[in-house]
Amino acid sequence: MSTDTTSKLTKSGYSMEEEPIIICEDVHKWYGNFHALRGINMEVHRGEVVVIFGPSGSGKSTFIRCINRLEEHQRGRIIVDGIELSHDVRNIAAIRKEVGMVFQQFNLFPHLTVLQNITLGPIYVRKWDKEKAEEIAIQLLERVGIPEQAHKYPGQLSGGQQQRVAIARALAMQPKIMLFDEPTSALDPEMIKEVLEVMEELADSGMTMLVVTHEMGFARAVADTMYFFDQGQVVEKGTPEHIFEHPQEDRTKLFLSQILQH
Amino acid sequence: MTTLTPSKEILPPPSERFTVLGWMKKNLFGSIGDTILTLVSGAFLVWMFYNLIVWIFAKAQWAVVTDNLQLFMKGQYPAFADWRLWLLIWLLAVISGMGWGIFVKRAEMVGWVLLAVPVVLAIWVYSLGRTSWWILLMVDVIAVVSYFLGKRYPHRLARLTYLLMLLYMPLVILVVRGFGEDGFMKYVPTNLWGGLLLSLMLAIFAIFFSFPIGVLLALGRQSKLPALKTLSVLYIELIRGVPLITLLFMGQLMLPLFLPDVSIDRVIRAVVAMIMFAAAYMAENVRGGLQSIPRGQYEAADAIGLSGFQKMVFIILPQALRAVIPVLVGQFIGLFKDTSLVYLVGLLDLLGIARGVLANPNYIGRQLEVFAFIALIYWVFSYGMSYASRRLESSLGVGER
Repeated sequence: MSTDTTSKLTKSGYSMEEEPIIICEDVHKWYGNFHALRGINMEVHRGEVVVIFGPSGSGKSTFIRCINRLEEHQRGRIIVDGIELSHDVRNIAAIRKEVGMVFQQFNLFPHLTVLQNITLGPIYVRKWDKEKAEEIAIQLLERVGIPEQAHKYPGQLSGGQQQRVAIARALAMQPKIMLFDEPTSALDPEMIKEVLEVMEELADSGMTMLVVTHEMGFARAVADTMYFFDQGQVVEKGTPEHIFEHPQEDRTKLFLSQILQH
Repeated sequence: MTTLTPSKEILPPPSERFTVLGWMKKNLFGSIGDTILTLVSGAFLVWMFYNLIVWIFAKAQWAVVTDNLQLFMKGQYPAFADWRLWLLIWLLAVISGMGWGIFVKRAEMVGWVLLAVPVVLAIWVYSLGRTSWWILLMVDVIAVVSYFLGKRYPHRLARLTYLLMLLYMPLVILVVRGFGEDGFMKYVPTNLWGGLLLSLMLAIFAIFFSFPIGVLLALGRQSKLPALKTLSVLYIELIRGVPLITLLFMGQLMLPLFLPDVSIDRVIRAVVAMIMFAAAYMAENVRGGLQSIPRGQYEAADAIGLSGFQKMVFIILPQALRAVIPVLVGQFIGLFKDTSLVYLVGLLDLLGIARGVLANPNYIGRQLEVFAFIALIYWVFSYGMSYASRRLESSLGVGER
């Protein structure tokens, strides 16, 4: 399985010896009769950056949406930070507190200002007082480079700015894990860079990240582990060097040759 | 071949000078056909307008309205409690004045016109020598003072204004009805309520209570709990399948049959029928709003860990309700006008009073005056609601997707 059992320390410096923060065992999911996820196994360690890629309809988004229970898996186990996802609402709430998510379509709340978007979770879920929440929100906006937009509404921002607000909103909950579901797919080319830079900075800061993306430059630079999904299964897994330089599976080679041609 | 030569200067948009003659030439006399149409319809309009003016100022005998103004306005509502009605009107002036000053950034012409209407009314009533004219004038003074207060201290007064807006409807019900056997807030039985007062009370009751019930029904219809969902659907479809007038008759005639020993106030019975009716329609309108919210909003709220209740209150409902403001206000206006149906079950609302006045032998043949007058009253209130809702929409429209 793993290609680098010898080196204890990986690119972003996470330790392989600790208990993994996310454990997925034989995860299955059906939509009606359609078998969308066919036995996914994955272990993610604290501080690890995982990039998931693959053709559309391969179950990448479905899989990462199972991790914070936006989708329900029907077989197998998902354990996040020691809590197993089950029908128990308290478990779901506990996991969602620790897992931030960034969506392809940003999904900011259009009727709230940028600041309100970011502070809503901290105030009502984390129960912080408003001053503390706003202070942290401003710090986060500075971190993603748009503190001057705090009092605007999402509709007044560019796509790249909106996605950076969405990242700040997820970070405001101080999550242990961040999920990115194709964060740059809905952006104009010139705005992709500003979002990727924020994500790279986040990866460098030691955040545990699961990223579904087609940005292979980002994957090569930042990922510790890459998973290639096809038809609801993990076809191949490995470090970026392994995936890009010596892919083992024909399906992986074909897919990479298609997306790297351009 | 065309060449791509970039223009260095930034050009202003082409300006079109507006002149009355130019506009007329373009829009009214553009061709021979246009000219004929303009002349014919113009002549028709002038003729109609002339007849209308002649009727209003020369032919119509307005004594039927002026003699019975008190009846039209408040029915048999006793004079000792008049001050309570004035108090409520003044309070409304405070709320609307402050609201205008705080939420509407620039004072518009229409605002001043709306403020000027009571002045004109005051002078009119004064010249008739009936009500103390200064009471009406006070409405204006209070509204203007509140407007400037609101403009001056928008932040300090915003919370107070919201609170007053929220409390106004229950307060109206309490103050108009009164309580206790005697004293300055003596109870006024509902059979004495009448005229515009009754129409407004019915509308206020119906709007105030049907709105939350409608929202709950809409949420119930979307619920994942089968019992709740079935009940909501049953209720909505049952009520929507019945005309309002049958509900009113059932309230007046059949309820006493089912519950012979319980006597419920007739106005309350009419109001409950209206609330039940309006809630079902409200629910469907709100459901339309709920369905317009993209799934991503629910998911984003879930992802930051909001509970189901928080998700509804902070994310979904504010957007859903804003999306259906025009529809809801349309329904409120319809509801206000539907209150005239209670005349058919024997309540003396504005229309009931009108029929009563016309039954008086002194006023035989004065239908036109009376109906023109109550039509004007209905129009003023309906247009007021419609105007206020458009203001609300544009001031809430910030940050629209």
